[in-house]
Amino acid sequence: MTERKIRIMVAKPGLDGHDRGARVLARCFRDAGFEVIYTGCHQTPEQIAVSAIQEDVDLVGLSCLSGAHRYLFPRVVELLKEKEAEDICVIGGGIIPEQDFEMLYHSGIKAIFTPGAHLDDIVDWVRQNVEPK
Amino acid sequence: MEQTKKIREGNIRIVSRLIRNLEDSEPEARTAIKNIFPYTGKAHIIGITGSAGAGKSTLVDGLISAFRKKNKTVGVLAIDPTSPFSGGALLGDRIRMQKHTEDPGVFVRSLATRGAMGGLSKAVGDAIHVLDAMGKDIILVETVGTGQQEVDIIYNSHTVIVVLVPGMGDEIQAIKAGIMEIADIFVVNKADHPGASQLLMELKNMINMAQIPEDGWPLPVMTVESAFEPIKFGEKIDSLAQNILKHYEYLVHSDQLKSRLHRKTMVEIKDALRTCILDQILSDLEANGELDRLAYKLISKESDPYTLAEEISSRYLKKRPGKPYQKKG
Repeated sequence: MTERKIRIMVAKPGLDGHDRGARVLARCFRDAGFEVIYTGCHQTPEQIAVSAIQEDVDLVGLSCLSGAHRYLFPRVVELLKEKEAEDICVIGGGIIPEQDFEMLYHSGIKAIFTPGAHLDDIVDWVRQNVEPK
Repeated sequence: MEQTKKIREGNIRIVSRLIRNLEDSEPEARTAIKNIFPYTGKAHIIGITGSAGAGKSTLVDGLISAFRKKNKTVGVLAIDPTSPFSGGALLGDRIRMQKHTEDPGVFVRSLATRGAMGGLSKAVGDAIHVLDAMGKDIILVETVGTGQQEVDIIYNSHTVIVVLVPGMGDEIQAIKAGIMEIADIFVVNKADHPGASQLLMELKNMINMAQIPEDGWPLPVMTVESAFEPIKFGEKIDSLAQNILKHYEYLVHSDQLKSRLHRKTMVEIKDALRTCILDQILSDLEANGELDRLAYKLISKESDPYTLAEEISSRYLKKRPGKPYQKKG
């Protein structure tokens, strides 16, 4: 038996083609020893939920810079629940105003990282909060 | 048995968790394979290999569309490399296949190589069994970007597609051993790029040098281009899919299917023996610290690797005690 690897999906929901942040993060997760599936841009929440289940990930990291996070992020959580996959942890990042944090946490987003967040802090958060299944 | 039933019904959560357990060599995953094995052997397994950036994932995406049009269900295993430094991996093959995500007739799973050197991952053989038992008609296996030597895909597929792009070397590359020998179909991808006609000619020359028997497979060379023009691209991919199915028919009607199955199962049983015998001995020796002590015996020149290995094998393999290796004949 080998050590259980943490599997993460980094996804960009909605009409937002700015994925530099998502790529930086995907690479940083790779360097932390995680297996990262990157889906690319312009994903619907439905596509993200299905992909996350097919890939059996422990964590989905959503990146959104367009301002549509109030709909897109909770929708991914909702769909995972519908598909009996609520054990998959969902976190978000991007341009997200502080006044939206509470609403997102309430909808089931476990953590939010905005510009200025340190990569090490994000990796530490994953190590402390995500148990590979 | 409940699990086997769910796999055969196509339960995605069960299937994807099992593949993960196989990758992590969880003991219960082996039991699952034992249970589903009788239900395998129905799928047509297609390997797609070629260098990094040759367009394998885009071709796989096109082939999924082509086979879905023929009402065939499709499973995809896409392999990307594991970092030798961190042990992590960035699996990006899905990016090209997103339009099929919500099609319930398509299942895509990314695998990391985790140190395997043949262009695949150690779990890929068993993962193929899982998709096969799940009832997928077609299984597409996309290797990591390969160079010359990573040919393990031939042990895992019925039809091998080697994807080449223009500008990678002269005609000597085309007659070298290794990856150029394993193709059942060659695809010259990005055939609208400069150098494509030369590559095409070199491949045809190479094929003409080989002596293909009259009832043999004629080894097609196909060109694909215009990935961004859906209609043109679709037509090319449809004829590629047609050739893939024709190849399978050829395998069925000649003895080739049997001999390929034999080749595959030989590797499979050897791998299983290695897992059950060698891995067990190694982990045993590692756990009790003996492996370390053996290494020190080599450093101090107290012994040599073969003497030590013979001692170990005579201890573990009781029936043939320490018989030294002898060349046959």
